[in-house]
Amino acid sequence: MELVVNGGSYSLEAPVGRSLAETLRDALGLTGTKIGCNEGHCGACTVLVDGVPTLSCITLVHTVEGRDVTTIEGLRDHPLVDSFVRADALQCGFCTPGQIVSASALVGANPEPTREQIRHQMAGNLCRCGAYPKIEEAIVSWRD
Amino acid sequence: MARLIKTEKEVEGRYEDVWLVVEEDALDQWPAGPGEIVGRPTPRITGAQRARGEARYTADVQLPGMLHTAVLRSPHAYARVKSIDLSLALAAPGVRAAIGPDDLDVLVDEAGYPGVAVAAVAADTFDAARDAVALIEVDWDVLEPVLDPDEAVVRKQLLIEPRRYERGDVERGFAEADAVVEAEFRTQTVLHNSMETHQTVCEWQGDRLDVYVSTQFIWGVRDEVAEQLGLPPDKVRVVCEFMGGGFGSKNGAGDHTFIAAELARRTGRPVRCALTRREENQATGNRNATIQRLKAGARSDGTLVALSGEFVNAVGWSGWTATTEGPMQMLYACDNVETVTYGAKINTPPMRAFRAPGFVEGTFGLECLLDELAAKLDLDPLEVRRLNYSHADDDRPYSSKRLMECYKRAEPHWERRHEVRARSDGAWKRGVGLASQVWYGGGGPPSYAWVRLGADGRATVITAMQDIGTGTATAMAQIAAEELGLPLDSVDFVLGDSARGPYASISAGSSTTPSMGPAVRAAAADAGSQILEIAAQRYDQEQRVLSLKDGQVVSSDGGSWPVAEVVGLLEDAQILGKGARGPNPAGMQVLTFGVQVVEVSVDTETGEVQVDRVAAIHDVGRVINPLGASSQVEGGIIQGIGHTLSEERLLDPQTGTILTQSLDAYRLPTIADVPPEIVTELLDIPDEHLTNLGSKGLGEPPIVPIAAAIANAIRDATGADVRSLPISREEMLRALREARERQQEKVATPAS
Repeated sequence: MELVVNGGSYSLEAPVGRSLAETLRDALGLTGTKIGCNEGHCGACTVLVDGVPTLSCITLVHTVEGRDVTTIEGLRDHPLVDSFVRADALQCGFCTPGQIVSASALVGANPEPTREQIRHQMAGNLCRCGAYPKIEEAIVSWRD
Repeated sequence: MARLIKTEKEVEGRYEDVWLVVEEDALDQWPAGPGEIVGRPTPRITGAQRARGEARYTADVQLPGMLHTAVLRSPHAYARVKSIDLSLALAAPGVRAAIGPDDLDVLVDEAGYPGVAVAAVAADTFDAARDAVALIEVDWDVLEPVLDPDEAVVRKQLLIEPRRYERGDVERGFAEADAVVEAEFRTQTVLHNSMETHQTVCEWQGDRLDVYVSTQFIWGVRDEVAEQLGLPPDKVRVVCEFMGGGFGSKNGAGDHTFIAAELARRTGRPVRCALTRREENQATGNRNATIQRLKAGARSDGTLVALSGEFVNAVGWSGWTATTEGPMQMLYACDNVETVTYGAKINTPPMRAFRAPGFVEGTFGLECLLDELAAKLDLDPLEVRRLNYSHADDDRPYSSKRLMECYKRAEPHWERRHEVRARSDGAWKRGVGLASQVWYGGGGPPSYAWVRLGADGRATVITAMQDIGTGTATAMAQIAAEELGLPLDSVDFVLGDSARGPYASISAGSSTTPSMGPAVRAAAADAGSQILEIAAQRYDQEQRVLSLKDGQVVSSDGGSWPVAEVVGLLEDAQILGKGARGPNPAGMQVLTFGVQVVEVSVDTETGEVQVDRVAAIHDVGRVINPLGASSQVEGGIIQGIGHTLSEERLLDPQTGTILTQSLDAYRLPTIADVPPEIVTELLDIPDEHLTNLGSKGLGEPPIVPIAAAIANAIRDATGADVRSLPISREEMLRALREARERQQEKVATPAS
């Protein structure tokens, strides 16, 4: 099958039932996408599919053939990366790539989100370290 | 010269004597307050790597030819394996090895809790391994589990002898009391749920074993694995560059490490054993539930005259009995205190340390009880705490204690209660509560660090420790930069590999900064004095007039030379500094203290509780990185809010089956659950007796008082006594009903 990731095209073989997250990590070596629960509850595996935040651990890879997949590796120069570091919006960092991918869709659609909007839109990305107040801060100040 | 001394080591309240080699003369502490780099807010040096998805966690280790493991776990709380047949699994596609109870110690044929490992399969893919595990045939003899901790105590099914403590005469104390309160408090079982599950990759290199593991203690894993496998410890190399959270659950090697090592040995291939989220929530430990039957007596002015407590820890099938009774013994000056603690052995997964184990639970009970007492005597809860302040001027003085200063700093937050209560609106009642915190956090020896400087003038700190997400690497780099007078971006930090650095302490018990920091500073000071020695010879100066500042060697007569120029003389030679953690102050208690003031809103119709504001004031000595420190405080409070309001591991009461294995069933706090305002105030005054830094640990203190502070705020808002965690809507409504009934009784039978 053909997979388009971060603007590059990849030909690969994937068995039926293989998830997008596993394919990105194991076949393409894009390990920035993390798997926290592997059942769509924690948000660590969030990637963009045609710009829409998508839980890659419960997305079958064959369903995104030919669509634009963006992972954290494709967002490394996004200003959110700096704002997350500056605000100390990460502790262990395992959920952080997923947080940034979700936040990139949020600020892409709404460059000045209110705190209420941030809390609503980011509630699907769990952070066990509890970096939430600073994640909120990083998103509020993403263009500083 | 190396000097051998005997010193005391404290691990979560237990003291033991250890021998220690001390190499350096003690350095004087830096003056209080911010330095050039230490004490200033600093974004973490590993932040970009983590945020960009470049950081390599154990989950990201992919070795050529690596196999994957699936584990067969007991579906029963208590059962014996009558027979087990691995042959179908061994014959399944892609399977390279299968092992059972006869092959490895950690695989058991008597299951004492659901989720204990019984057999394991290594295959080319995880899917193949999981499919093969489904083919393992087990004939179980299912036994009746004991799940109620009180029943275990009655049956004397205990993991330790009941732990008894007594000072003074409690009976006489209660006889002298003007007011006595008595209550039973319950705390639930909660799960760590680190975002990276427990996992290990093992690869044999001849007779050496490489272990990539998500761990809080590289050297502990090395020693545990070496002992279990009968290897010399340095034949085991343990690597953990980045790790995705532990909170106490990753202090040991874990069964999965031994399973991976054995399967790697049998197959001659690297083997990963990674737990699924559902396995994580069965088999990797928990903060155990407690039952606390407490009693407090005071004179009418609020002076405590007696405290007593019976504590039942629902430890599980194995594990240790945390000091739930600790706060009752330590927090207040009370002449008469009696406690007994039971470690109930039941058919549930073993507890593991979870961020201030015992003290989180014990502080909830004690600090709620104290407020009930204050309410009965119509006294101000903050004043009652001040009145019973413990000075510990007995045989074990505090190295430093500034809780009174914390109370003073709490006043403006506490004063808000009048205004907060006035904002109650219809069914929504608002109130303010507070609770105090005592916990350990002094760290201790041994811990070592090296500092290397090359001709480019950059320094590298090397120590085989782990950064579990607390910002350790940043704090250590700050300490080295401060001591060497270098900018932070001239200091690199290498950690995470037992083959590439000296012994480093565990990252648990709020001990990492106080254990490692002084060793790093000593190593930097050693390297720094070598730079000065070289400069003195090269530029014809007396060494005593030279110092390091702003990347320069500075002479008191005004001369200065860039450090890069001085070490540039070395060409390929290097300066190597080494440092060791010295002993803790002999005969002293090194403890952390604090107080939190919480504002809540309670919907008295639905039982919903919202935390509106938290002020956290803690005394942890010198603060290395105020930015990272505030993150630790916020994280502890948010984890504590989860513990207080939403998290609970549920069991089927008949079979012991764990019902909350997934993250939709087990309710972690989300960003939407965070209080709009968390105020962090750290006193930031060095502990003058503790090491060359005066820093204590901060990882745990913020989670200790939050549950009691929330419950006390609820009482302030509604008059209801919450006594059980989590404060679900049902528990909230129960407490409100009880308060209403109490009120009606009072009205019906006026005091004579």
